[in-house]
Amino acid sequence: MIGRSKRHSNLNCADGDAAYGQALPGAGGTALCMRGICKRFGPVQALADVTFTVRSGTVHALVGENGAGKSTLMKILAGVYQPDSGTIELNGLLRRFYTPGEALAAGVSMIYQDLDLAEDLTVAENVFLGAEPRGRLPLTISRRQAVAQTKALAEQYGFSVDAGAVVASLPVGDCQVVEILKALRRKATVLVMDEPTSALSEAEAERLFGIVRQLRSRGISIVYISHRLEEIVGLADDISILRDGSVVHSSSADRLDIPEIVRHMVGRELKDFFPQREVKPGPIRAEVRGLGSASGIRNVSFEVRRGEIVGMAGLVGAGRTEVARAIFGVEAKTSGEILLDGKVLAIRSPADAIRRGIALLTEDRKRTGLCLELPCSQNITLPSLAKFVRRGMLSLRRETSAAAAMAARIDVRWSSPGAPAESLSGGNQQKLLVARWLLAESRFMIFDEPTRGIDVGAKREVYLLLNSLAGEGKAILFISSELPELFGVADRILVMRRGELVGNLVTSQTCPDEVMHLAAVE
Amino acid sequence: MSKLLRQLLPFASLILIIVLLSILRPDAFLTAENFLNVLRRSSVNGIMAAGMTAVIISGGIDLSVGSMLAAAGMVGAWTMLQVSGVPLTAGAMVAGTAAGALAGVACGLLNGVVITKLKLPPFIVTLGTMSAFRGIAYVMNDKQPYNLPGYAYLGVGAVLGVPVSIVIFAVVVVLSVLVLRYTRLGRHTYAIGSNRQAAFHAGINVDRNLIAVYTLTGLVVGVAAMIATSRIVSAQPTAGIGLELDIIAAVIIGGASLAGGRGTILGTVIGTLLISFLRNGCTILNVSTEYQFIVIGVVIIVAVAVDQLARARAE
Repeated sequence: MIGRSKRHSNLNCADGDAAYGQALPGAGGTALCMRGICKRFGPVQALADVTFTVRSGTVHALVGENGAGKSTLMKILAGVYQPDSGTIELNGLLRRFYTPGEALAAGVSMIYQDLDLAEDLTVAENVFLGAEPRGRLPLTISRRQAVAQTKALAEQYGFSVDAGAVVASLPVGDCQVVEILKALRRKATVLVMDEPTSALSEAEAERLFGIVRQLRSRGISIVYISHRLEEIVGLADDISILRDGSVVHSSSADRLDIPEIVRHMVGRELKDFFPQREVKPGPIRAEVRGLGSASGIRNVSFEVRRGEIVGMAGLVGAGRTEVARAIFGVEAKTSGEILLDGKVLAIRSPADAIRRGIALLTEDRKRTGLCLELPCSQNITLPSLAKFVRRGMLSLRRETSAAAAMAARIDVRWSSPGAPAESLSGGNQQKLLVARWLLAESRFMIFDEPTRGIDVGAKREVYLLLNSLAGEGKAILFISSELPELFGVADRILVMRRGELVGNLVTSQTCPDEVMHLAAVE
Repeated sequence: MSKLLRQLLPFASLILIIVLLSILRPDAFLTAENFLNVLRRSSVNGIMAAGMTAVIISGGIDLSVGSMLAAAGMVGAWTMLQVSGVPLTAGAMVAGTAAGALAGVACGLLNGVVITKLKLPPFIVTLGTMSAFRGIAYVMNDKQPYNLPGYAYLGVGAVLGVPVSIVIFAVVVVLSVLVLRYTRLGRHTYAIGSNRQAAFHAGINVDRNLIAVYTLTGLVVGVAAMIATSRIVSAQPTAGIGLELDIIAAVIIGGASLAGGRGTILGTVIGTLLISFLRNGCTILNVSTEYQFIVIGVVIIVAVAVDQLARARAE
């Protein structure tokens, strides 16, 4: 009986493949087939009849804008949500996962964007968490066994990682490897990776791609979710594109190029992805002279003019964020000075910086940007409350209307000003912070990785916003790890390497190769 | 809508208890005298809970309030006896009351400064000062209480028929609501509790804000201490042992989150009254004190469980 149903379901999945109109050459069979999946949250149809098939031993990229349904689909696969209808077949067997534990046991492992590691435990303890090797005495566990088995597992796949190291001491790239080892220890056959490179440097990302290819060659199927289309095109065998809860395209990767993927994702052509720069930079607005800090930046000097967007490139750890933090008063300066409109500023804390017209949109908007459970409007007004105080009391009415006006100006989409900030999408949360600094009347705005983790449409909105802020005469420092957007948006590009400024280039007179060379080569 | 419902939940429980007791024992429960009695007994806890609410919203905790109550009361009493001796003059009573409140301020300031400047968890610091303040209270008169014959106004006096302690309770509540809702201090307290890093990056002086919150808590504890002292016309070094748990329970039942960023004075008032009415009800129904502890323990857990359930439902 079981055998029959198994064969039957296999046929079904083959049908599913045919329905896409793609013969899938060289496929060793189907590892995963999610079929006719529907899921509704209240009035929202999150997934509508989604069929998603992953061939054994392939990398299958799942792309789509935020809210397209990628996470919901993967949470159903992981047993976090139950589908309203539809089936899941794993390695030919019809499965239903009521809990994440069941999915794990069946060989489906997820690596989430914010990794899921116990930071104070060692690599080996994390890899064997919940399945610790027994020690010699009853009720004991064997550390030595865990370390030895972790080492063996890592060697088997050619990973280099110190099994005895505490996870908190590892760079992010190595933490990914620990997650992968965890999955391998559980004998995962399907591995879902959600935005694995969002926190990695270029070099670490390259290493990860090598690891992914290695896993694929061992027959593991990988569902790869990423907003970085360049890496998807280079890595994936197949690509499925979700839009508004439906699969709008699914085919092998070599049939698609980036513009076509984007077209499927947003449902229209994204012409002129980067807005036209028409602003003529004016006089010098912000000036940084000989800046140094305890976190290792040395002698950084540059200026930003009114209406100018200055990009800042560099590898992870080159000191870009540290420059921003030193300017904004988060970290103490050990040398140098900051000038705004010709005046030297004494900045010892963010409060000082804000009062004098400097804004910092930090790279981690959840950790250092927003108070997620507070209302949207209060997140906007937080640094500017003094404006609404009369005789020592806040006027809530004037506060809310000022926040709403600022939000309307840059088109923040919220259900109401009182809705908590956590209810907004990533792009809208980013805009909330921009609205905050507009209200605070900042003149020099530092954006640290403002497009990280937001979808293509929202990215373009951020570019447009930078452009219009520059148009108002703001001086903008735009830190980014993605060279295309630096070249698309910035007038000049600064390059950081090992805490020093090693390049100050006019965008129109340089090329990505030159920037990469400056950033990476000693 | 569901948010409103959630906030109404503790209130509904309070009404339920009142209705239940009114039906069971209308003769003993449903009298103006009994209600005033419950309110008067709530006033000391309620005043302290207003401060605790701000502390918990800021993401902290203050375990020292019970000991602080004793220490502040002893300082106030000592001052009175120094100024005039028995019989106490009106001037001595005023000076002593002010000294008690100031002692609370000093204790709170100490908590706030140690927490922020030594960057220690509030739990640890106030665990330490809980012991230290109690020690001070014992040392002051060699483990003996100070008797203050005649110092009864705050405890049993009345203004237009309303007990003074209830009037003070009401004033503290109103002021706390104003501070938390309509001042930068209040807003910054919510922001710090919600996300301390984000608050810092938004230009909030986190340390100064937290010191203010703990100091104001010290102030209200000092005021509560003088009411408690006046009620029994004596300052006891053993006053308020274990009281911090009742206060924290009232704040949590009122819907505040120990993780910070969430809580209201109104909720805390309801939480305080809920506990008081439960105690009162148990007494009227001849449930012994031992069982009262069990009842209140269960209520705390049920209240928080229901709140979380409603929250999860809303999401």
